[in-house]
Amino acid sequence: MTQDPTTTTPPEDPKAEWIPPMQRMLDNPFLLLFLGVTIPTVFYLIWGIMEITQIPIAK
Amino acid sequence: MEAVSQFPPLSIPERVFRICGVTGLRVELNAERLIRANAVAAVLFLALGGLFGLLVALTRWPAVHLLSSEWFYLILTAHGADVLLFWIIFFEMAVLYFASSTLLNCRLAAPRLAWLGFVLMVVGAVMTNVAVLQGDSTVMFTSYPPMQAQPHFYLGLILFAVGALVGCMIFFATLVIAKEEKTYEGSIPLVTFGALTAAIIAVFTIASGAIILVPTFMWSIGLISTIDPLTYKLVWWGMGHSSQQINVAAHVSVWYAIVAIVLNGKPLSEKVSRTAFFLYILFLQLASAHHLLVEPGVSSEWKIFNTSYALYLAVLGSMVHGMTVPGAIEAAQRKRGFNRGVFEWLRKAPWGNPAFSGMFLSLVMFGFIGGISGVVLGTEQLNILMHNTIYVPGHFHGTVVAGTTLAFMAVTYLLVPVYFKREIMFPALARWQPYLFGFGVAGIALFMMGAGTLGVPRRHWDITFSDATLRYGFSSAAFLMMALNGMAAVLASIGGIAYVVIVVASITFGKRIPDGPATRAATGPTPMAAAVTQYGSAGTLHLPGTLVLVGIFFLSFVLYYYVNWKYLSQIWPLH
Amino acid sequence: MAIYPPTNRVWWREPVAKIEIAWIVIAFVWGLVMFGTMVGWHIWGQQNLSNEAYRTTPEAYLAKAEAMAEKYTIGEEGDSGLPIVHPPAGSDVYLVARLWQWWPVLQLEKGKSYRLHLSSVDWQHGFSLVPTNINLQVHPGYEMVVTLTPTEAGSFGIVCNEFCGIGHHLMAGKIHVVEK
Repeated sequence: MTQDPTTTTPPEDPKAEWIPPMQRMLDNPFLLLFLGVTIPTVFYLIWGIMEITQIPIAK
Repeated sequence: MEAVSQFPPLSIPERVFRICGVTGLRVELNAERLIRANAVAAVLFLALGGLFGLLVALTRWPAVHLLSSEWFYLILTAHGADVLLFWIIFFEMAVLYFASSTLLNCRLAAPRLAWLGFVLMVVGAVMTNVAVLQGDSTVMFTSYPPMQAQPHFYLGLILFAVGALVGCMIFFATLVIAKEEKTYEGSIPLVTFGALTAAIIAVFTIASGAIILVPTFMWSIGLISTIDPLTYKLVWWGMGHSSQQINVAAHVSVWYAIVAIVLNGKPLSEKVSRTAFFLYILFLQLASAHHLLVEPGVSSEWKIFNTSYALYLAVLGSMVHGMTVPGAIEAAQRKRGFNRGVFEWLRKAPWGNPAFSGMFLSLVMFGFIGGISGVVLGTEQLNILMHNTIYVPGHFHGTVVAGTTLAFMAVTYLLVPVYFKREIMFPALARWQPYLFGFGVAGIALFMMGAGTLGVPRRHWDITFSDATLRYGFSSAAFLMMALNGMAAVLASIGGIAYVVIVVASITFGKRIPDGPATRAATGPTPMAAAVTQYGSAGTLHLPGTLVLVGIFFLSFVLYYYVNWKYLSQIWPLH
Repeated sequence: MAIYPPTNRVWWREPVAKIEIAWIVIAFVWGLVMFGTMVGWHIWGQQNLSNEAYRTTPEAYLAKAEAMAEKYTIGEEGDSGLPIVHPPAGSDVYLVARLWQWWPVLQLEKGKSYRLHLSSVDWQHGFSLVPTNINLQVHPGYEMVVTLTPTEAGSFGIVCNEFCGIGHHLMAGKIHVVEK
């Protein structure tokens, strides 16, 4: 991950320190919300429902 | 130290805030009223659900066998809903408002909407209780179809969930306002981050609940002809188990808050603790699969990936918290001079302060009892040994009661003075309350786990099978375990009643605490606001006591885990 | 302090103490070991669930169970009215879960394998073989197949451990395992 001054330093606050990407992610509640809802929806719900719909009919 | 400097000048009218006379925290009045209302509702449902729990335990104590079978199953259904859902979610709403408004020094977003959410939750909780007590909705908390409850049983749960979702939205909106109005600098506090974790898990929880309960409600009024039982179970546990993961995130935040408030302890590392919460956000909810490990037609690949929270990464999060919380306590205690030997810091901890003792018991019991048993129970093959035995309620009384409920009780002793402006009454009783409740619940959890290992089923009125056509005779050890469980439940109930009495008495008759002066300078016994210190004081990270504690934990974990594999290897081969 | 914003704006770059790093590594490796144990047991272990399951209907399932019982009934379990069925070793064995009985009573031979089918014809039930402690969930509309090999002779109980209404605690069945 390279340091990109145009995105990491908000123009209105020239004093702001460079914030590492991981910290910026953890400081972003809506990104976390997106991840926290998507991951269990995909791996638990959608994958699980796919398994159930693929159960064959008994002979 | 002058803490006022870190907060920017106020851009909102001063009058909606007051300064807490105990902590120096600025409390917004809308948030305060909502926190009070949610906390009171929580305690009322705890009292009701706790009473039901005692009746259940006394019925399963073979020599007492209190209730008739009809009443037993009815009361057990109500017990699950009232304590597992209503008590805990109401309290969590209070925690969310505390962690957003008060800790971020910010006005609460849309207070009217927040009240609407609260009213929906109350109406929903009451409606479901009425449905159960009317007697036609004895379907257990899980309400597996094709067994059907009355429509208002499901409707109550849906309304409650919608209300809780509103509360989560208020939390997120308050985060946005606080950032825009710059009521804090930098990142949100760790406790707020933990609350954010809880709120995120809550959104998934409530969404799963809506996906399955809305069609189930329509089925109960005849608009849909069938509900597939397997799909129901899959999606329902997206709610049922994840709601318990909200608790984990919330009570870990409460641990951090109590360590900060009572001991001025600071997290060993913001980075490590926040990353541990981040692992919760990503993976904790996958463990809903714990309930589907012996289900037909779901592949082992799905089961193993989900039940292990993706290679146990969420367990890694919990193990990290399990080290950083006692580590923070040890560091804080050593800093104030309790440096002799390995454990002077622990011996000289404030064991007479119910906020601390409750928190520490919650930490230890959640880890050793609830945590280890949860991983064992959630191992795909080991689940064959214990699925639906009374080991399962044994495990989750270790997590939700000894862990979450005890942590919430502990933090109540700190929140009552802040939000109700009253001193805690009966301090002598309060000193003992966490021990009574904690050891009682530890007994409940361990004895139920013991009985479950002997095959005793959960949700069962009569393990003597006295009226059955065919019988099975459980060993006398199983009966002894169930009797001990009953006795432990009596002890826990005494602790629970003490809590309710102390809280109700304190908020109605406790000595009033005046507001503090209009500065952020600290007064009173817990100088929270003045305790902001720098990180990186390297001398505090000599933590031999914590090292010993986590070492014992790790050994117990490994041993118990492989003892169960050994046990599994002795049952009939199956594939 | 955990209740205030971090004092260092860039807390991500604060050094992490060795003790914490060591514990994280141990916990991470332990997680991999536990994950590997589950996977490894599928390869080397004797106790795993099959993924064999079918969609069925109560009528179809009941018909198969009754056909098996008609062929292989060898007696009656006491005065319970329940048939004792002794299916041939290695065959498909059907156990019906219903309000509130496990039907029929099975007689199996020690050391022989059976393809045990499980389904419910009404609500959900819980198959709990005691004191052996094999617990499986039984759904209506789904038929689960596990290949089971009794390793000890004697009389075993089947307890229902999923709540199935007001007679839940009356629902018990039996499997007899006999020496060959």
